[in-house]
Amino acid sequence: MIWLAWRQFRPQAITAAVALAVVAIVVAATGPGIASAYSSSGLPACHASCSTDASNFFVGLGRLDLLLYLGSFLLMYLAPALMGLFWGAPLIAREVETGTHRIAWNQTVTRTRWLLVKLGLVGLAAIGTAGLLSLMVTWWAGPINHAALLSGGQIGGLAPRLDAPVFDARGVAPLGYAAFAFALGVTVGVLLRRTLPAMAVTLVAFAVIQVLVPNLVRPHLLPPAHLTAPLQRPFGVNMNAGTGQVSIQLAPPFAKPGAWVLSDVITTPSGAKLPNVTITPSGAELTVLPKACKFTPGAAARAGVHDCSGVLAAMHLRQSVSWQPASRFWPLQWMETGLYLVLAAGLGWVCVAQLRRRRTP
Amino acid sequence: MTNTIAAIEARGLGKRYGHRWALADCTLTIPAGHVTGLVGPNGAGKTTLISLATGMLAPTTGTVQVLGGVPASGPDQLARVGYVAQDTPAYAGLSVADHLRLGARLNPRWDAALARARIEQLGLDPKQKAGHLSGGQRAQLALTLALAKRPELLILDEPIASLDPRARREFLQALMNAVAEQELSVVISSHQVADLERVADHLVVLVGSRVRVEGEVEHLLATHHLLTGPRRDAASLPASQRVITESHTGRQSTLLVRSSEPVIDPAWTVEEVSLEDLVLAYLGPASAGSPDMRTLEARP
Repeated sequence: MIWLAWRQFRPQAITAAVALAVVAIVVAATGPGIASAYSSSGLPACHASCSTDASNFFVGLGRLDLLLYLGSFLLMYLAPALMGLFWGAPLIAREVETGTHRIAWNQTVTRTRWLLVKLGLVGLAAIGTAGLLSLMVTWWAGPINHAALLSGGQIGGLAPRLDAPVFDARGVAPLGYAAFAFALGVTVGVLLRRTLPAMAVTLVAFAVIQVLVPNLVRPHLLPPAHLTAPLQRPFGVNMNAGTGQVSIQLAPPFAKPGAWVLSDVITTPSGAKLPNVTITPSGAELTVLPKACKFTPGAAARAGVHDCSGVLAAMHLRQSVSWQPASRFWPLQWMETGLYLVLAAGLGWVCVAQLRRRRTP
Repeated sequence: MTNTIAAIEARGLGKRYGHRWALADCTLTIPAGHVTGLVGPNGAGKTTLISLATGMLAPTTGTVQVLGGVPASGPDQLARVGYVAQDTPAYAGLSVADHLRLGARLNPRWDAALARARIEQLGLDPKQKAGHLSGGQRAQLALTLALAKRPELLILDEPIASLDPRARREFLQALMNAVAEQELSVVISSHQVADLERVADHLVVLVGSRVRVEGEVEHLLATHHLLTGPRRDAASLPASQRVITESHTGRQSTLLVRSSEPVIDPAWTVEEVSLEDLVLAYLGPASAGSPDMRTLEARP
């Protein structure tokens, strides 16, 4: 049975091997350059205030490197989806469409075993492919991610690796995604019994799940850290010369490099959320001032601002933050991978149950 | 051959899709040791019955046993039954040789010599992809796969419906040779009686999930007679003669009757019937006064 499953999977396996080889060549050609730029940038020896070294490192990178960095996300998002579409959805649906399941199910092999061997072989291939891809990409992008972490997320807009878009494309999580996308494709194919609709449904369902999980599930895999602290005195005041609008910048009570900030709000002592607040990595901005801040552009501006900061201080505003610390990258990676593997196994069970019920004509 | 276990035994068997019954309350016994033709119009439930007997479908009601076992219940049961499905599917991307390897890997009782000999005899190129085979060649490949598995029962579902006459003849010839060489029970469904006449020694006519008539072909032919004579009311025939169909013109009556005794009334011209005419007679609307043909069954 393994022979048949392998013989049927061979063309796809060759395609995957070629794709992996192409990625390996690109990684081998550009990776060492990035690694040496990193080691010569001073970042390896830096432990605090590394912004300058990080800037030097990013400046040293070529345009191609940054393009490839963005491309690596596309690759890591697409690979599991493609495996779900082209390996999962047709696995059973194509057999039913062409009637070849009537051949397979009438050899001296039960259909449960037939299905389990197919699921096992192609599923492991999907996990292995995603693993190799992630290994290469994680190694290749390691210096960039580390520099982004050390720079406090202020350089080049590069998010630290715990933030949602990066987390999904690094470490072991892609293995779970690949297993799940594959199992999802197979299950949808078993239920719909037609390849093309199964591919379409698989793509949409997988995309929706990949949006929902980072937003609704991942933040709660581990209880997030919370901090509520008095807002520090305003430290900067800006006035827009054209509109006369004033914004007061507030220093953050919170600086945890590489953390994944889940929520960050400014509240009054009663707990009410203060509206019209923009939170930025460098602090918070109140773009509409409390009424008490009477302010007239012109000569009296400085005095007005001073009054205003007094008013703000009297409001006893608090900043309330919840986040996942940077150190939780690997625990969260393993938990999410486990979650997806369990889901994949559940879908596999659904497939077996469906075939056992013999609904397929 | 003496066989006490039936090839296929259905009891109150039914399969429903939504609100539509593809097969309803079907009770029949197809004996082992025969080549049984399963005949019926489209929609009679032949394919559904065969899908249930091969375990491709699970019944909604009733039971079906094949060689005394539950269809597709395990490797042992699967090994005993060969199946050539409708339209004789094959893996388009696999070669003829791959198909034989598939059979060898997936069947402990695989007869590699038989498979090779058949492919050679058919003149098939082992390297040819199954997707490039003609319909007749693909049907022969499917038959090879089913035969080399060395089953006790071979079930064929309309295997030749879409083939041209020559391929049809070659397929049936190959089937007959296999039956002669291997000790094999065969159930073959078709809506074309002429094809079955060449291979089947037993016949089951299925109409609307019900068995209209069944029996050994020779016996059926010997007990059915076509009577032509002056116009006469069918009710006036002796009780031993059961009218299957009747047609009347102004002066003449033509009756197809079933009678285990010879018809000796000199008023009639008695002719033998062909199997096709016999089946067609039963496929027509049941004659008045014959609510259930099964009661007439006189199995030798």
